[in-house]
Amino acid sequence: MIEVSHLTKYYGDVAALEDLTFKLVPGEILGFLGPNGAGKSTAMKMLTGFLRPSSGEVRIWGSNMWQDSLVAQRHIGYLPEGAPAYEEMTPLGFLQFIADARGLTGVERANRLEQTITVMSLQEVLGQRIETLSKGFKRRVGLAQAILHDPDVLILDEPTDGLDPNQKHQVRKMIKGLSADKIVIVSTHNLEEVTAVCNRAMVLAKGRVVSDGTPESLMAMSPYHGAVTLKSSSASLAEIAEVVGSITGVKEAVPIAGGITIFPENIDNTLFTKVLEVSLAKGWKVDSLYVESGRLDEVFRSLTEGESQ
Amino acid sequence: MNFAVIMKRELHGYFATPIAYVFIAIFLVLSGVFTFYLGNFYERQQADLIPFFSFHPWLYLFLIPAISMRLWSEERKSGTLELLMTLPLSRLDIVVGKFLAAWVFAGIALALTFPIWITVNYLGDPDNGIIVASYLGSWMMAGGFLAIGSCMSAITKSQVIAFVLCGFVSLLFVMAGFPLVLDLVKGWLPLTLIDMVASLSFLTHFNAVSRGVFSLLDFLYFTSVIVVWLGATSIVLDLKKGG
Ligand SMILES: Nc1ncnc2c1ncn2[C@@H]1O[C@H](COP(=O)(O)OP(=O)(O)O)[C@@H](O)[C@H]1O
Ligand SMILES: [Mg+2]
Repeated sequence: MIEVSHLTKYYGDVAALEDLTFKLVPGEILGFLGPNGAGKSTAMKMLTGFLRPSSGEVRIWGSNMWQDSLVAQRHIGYLPEGAPAYEEMTPLGFLQFIADARGLTGVERANRLEQTITVMSLQEVLGQRIETLSKGFKRRVGLAQAILHDPDVLILDEPTDGLDPNQKHQVRKMIKGLSADKIVIVSTHNLEEVTAVCNRAMVLAKGRVVSDGTPESLMAMSPYHGAVTLKSSSASLAEIAEVVGSITGVKEAVPIAGGITIFPENIDNTLFTKVLEVSLAKGWKVDSLYVESGRLDEVFRSLTEGESQ
Repeated sequence: MNFAVIMKRELHGYFATPIAYVFIAIFLVLSGVFTFYLGNFYERQQADLIPFFSFHPWLYLFLIPAISMRLWSEERKSGTLELLMTLPLSRLDIVVGKFLAAWVFAGIALALTFPIWITVNYLGDPDNGIIVASYLGSWMMAGGFLAIGSCMSAITKSQVIAFVLCGFVSLLFVMAGFPLVLDLVKGWLPLTLIDMVASLSFLTHFNAVSRGVFSLLDFLYFTSVIVVWLGATSIVLDLKKGG
């Protein structure tokens, strides 16, 4: 369990992070979402004991990160931003070093090394210097290092940043594949990542938490959430707009390219059926009809508007 | 024993890059040049290694910073420091492990000058006890320089700045025993203070050592220099944690 209370960091007079408070229990996958400079890395550096907070505290299973750092740090696996590693080492040598530093010995050490190398599919590059590895492999070495001791808490700073779509997919799959009794914190400025892997999302802007909830609740903040979009290439959009606009409970029907988006007055799960019935009755040739789940990029922008540099 | 984990990785790091080989080669060439050309090794017609050892403070002055500048600056710059400092290792283990690796490495370079020892034994009949003591003293002095360099490297993420700072502070420690400096302060400092300044000097202690009088005091002196500067390294690292 992680308890973070009133965590604050000032650089000079500038607050990089202000009053971060939350509690996580095993099974929670928290996404720190925010534009560059929001304070995500600063928060993670304090959670892992690299940076001393200006005020506030971090407790990992009751151990204070500052008074009892060695005990607290044993619970944590950490991938710092950019996945730093000793470039002149091979992945095998590097992971063996981490295993020793983590105090793994004997059979357990051998098993953990083997398992981690398999999970991260590092077999083919084990003897190659890290500096010569592709970005995807480097990132996997970084992740391997973080999960090597099978930590209770995994803290990953932008684990998919700069990877290609396939690599991103792999990393997300790996995070989701972790056993359910772990606490995971991932930071990202990538919205799909939050919906793809997290069950809790915290939006940071200028060092402050501006939203905290499930990815679904974040989606629900979108004006598009619950709207219905109808696409048609043949029927007259003007006519459609007029007709659906007069359905009870519809606030507005906004024309878009090749179709129309219908916003309800209130979230109303009968809207889809109503629009469908009207379309059938009028005999419109409908190409597609769907309920919008919400547009995260808009929510993100409205939450952090004017906050990013 | 966690410092051994760090030490092993660091030592491996030296030899995984050309740094180690370049350093050792330059160290050997320069100590040869100093001894044979500047030190008049042959002309003196004496079977000892005084010309060899007496140049060590100057050799270390610019070679040791080349080792020590990497110690922390490089890790801070590449981000691996974040990895290192979030492993469940005490800061003492990390500081000591890194220092010991550098010191062992310097010791290897020093040990590789053994042909000169063989030469002097071949040419004459030196007091090998003195030579062993001098080697030991030289290594202790290298440790002093390295500890200063460790602290300077902890201050900055620029290796160049770390190099210059280490060279500068080391120079102060060497020069403190220089007649030039001592003459300068002789006029206006009380005698006890002058003795104190002189006794802080690497040169004062090392000159004794290279003549074969390696006393417990000199040993304690270099040990305390190492301990103090490693303590300072740890404090600097701690301050840096505050951002
Ligand atoms: N060492 C530092 N000194 C001064 N300011 C810093 C330092 N590190 C980060 N900052 C500032 O703190 C803010 C938060 O940075 P960071 O936590 O890296 O954001 P994120 O990871 O969300 O992009 C930024 O405005 C950044 O410029
Ligand atoms: Mg960041």
